[in-house]
Amino acid sequence: MAAPLSVEVEFGGGAELLFDGIKKHQVTLPGQEEPWDIRNLLVWIKKNLLKERPELFIQGDSVRPGILVLINDADWELLGELDYQLQDQDSVLFISTLHGG
Amino acid sequence: PLPVPPATLHAPPSAVRRPRSGQALYGACFCAAFKAEVLHTVLAGRLLPPGTVVAVGASGGKDSTVLVHVLRALVLRLGISLQLVAVDEGIGGYRDAALAAVRRQAARWDLPFTILAYEDLFRGLTDAVVRCTAGSSRSRYCCTFCGELRRAHRAGATDITVLMNFLRGDAGRLARGGGLGSPGERGALPRCRPLQFALQKEVVLYAHFRRLDYFSEECVYAPEAFRGHARDLLKRLEAARPSAVLDLVHSAERLALAPSARPPRPGACSRCGALASRALCQACALLDGLNRGRPRLTIGKGRRGLDEICFCDPSAPNITSQPAF
Repeated sequence: MAAPLSVEVEFGGGAELLFDGIKKHQVTLPGQEEPWDIRNLLVWIKKNLLKERPELFIQGDSVRPGILVLINDADWELLGELDYQLQDQDSVLFISTLHGG
Repeated sequence: PLPVPPATLHAPPSAVRRPRSGQALYGACFCAAFKAEVLHTVLAGRLLPPGTVVAVGASGGKDSTVLVHVLRALVLRLGISLQLVAVDEGIGGYRDAALAAVRRQAARWDLPFTILAYEDLFRGLTDAVVRCTAGSSRSRYCCTFCGELRRAHRAGATDITVLMNFLRGDAGRLARGGGLGSPGERGALPRCRPLQFALQKEVVLYAHFRRLDYFSEECVYAPEAFRGHARDLLKRLEAARPSAVLDLVHSAERLALAPSARPPRPGACSRCGALASRALCQACALLDGLNRGRPRLTIGKGRRGLDEICFCDPSAPNITSQPAF
């Protein structure tokens, strides 16, 4: 049983274009049976925030390759990736690396 | 080295896991390591000797933004001076915002800044190509022109090029490609790529931790470009095998062609003097095609080694070509 959580979801590197161009989103995740991990956050984002072209952000149950995920400014690879359990006031940043340099 | 915290605890401040080594570093340490590696690339390859005046091709994008930031931090160490050069391809909307980002960088970092416009170099190029090559192939041809005249800063960008050359059967390019840069022969400007070995993930993270302002929208013609398909394939390969990016470039550099596939010894373009394996270099040949109303001149050789020319387009505008280099 997961309590409601207040988290900041941020998009950068061009990923924000899929979210109406808005970079920072303050979201309240409702209390639910399932834990609020990144896996479930992605499902929530797809359902509630993603405005277009879901395949450019999500692939399977994870992010599309080329999208970096930082949780509180730390690489999600150090934190268990999809299994990381979100805490209240966490900040999750999705940066696309896919646009030209 | 950082201990890896369990999934349920908060992370230490700004931390990164480097793709090649799997090493975990704090953000500031990562940026220092990244900068040190670029310095090593420059020193080991003798790319920028003391006294060099360095013009960085700045698109406003992440690679050139990071390159300028790193080089700026190394200016005293290397004894070089730095300038920004941006190219305005005339792609409406997209390029204006990107150039604005470069202008901000030039102002913030107090660097001399020059803009070269395709309009001035090759009158009326990009959008004119779009106008006169109608139909579903239009975007592809437009990207062909731009791709011929641009250069990448990073291996991860050049390795897409390597993959594209494989897919197009362009043995000549594969044989010529690779290397950290060209020393500059026959009056051509010497070029180098200090970011040759930098990974895309690390460039983005460096820019993030250093709070660098870069432009990251997609070129309006990109969705239909062939390059995108090659990039997608490479991204999926990289997810399965992180070293795929550099290994591909490594393979291409070590490719030995069969005698029948070897390109002719390069001479000089009869128009601009650049290195060319035929009478005209690719850039002049492209512009020639536009001039003579044959904008669908296809780049490269077909499988049978023949130049592929589709058909005359009588509605093509009269484009003048005045290549500057």
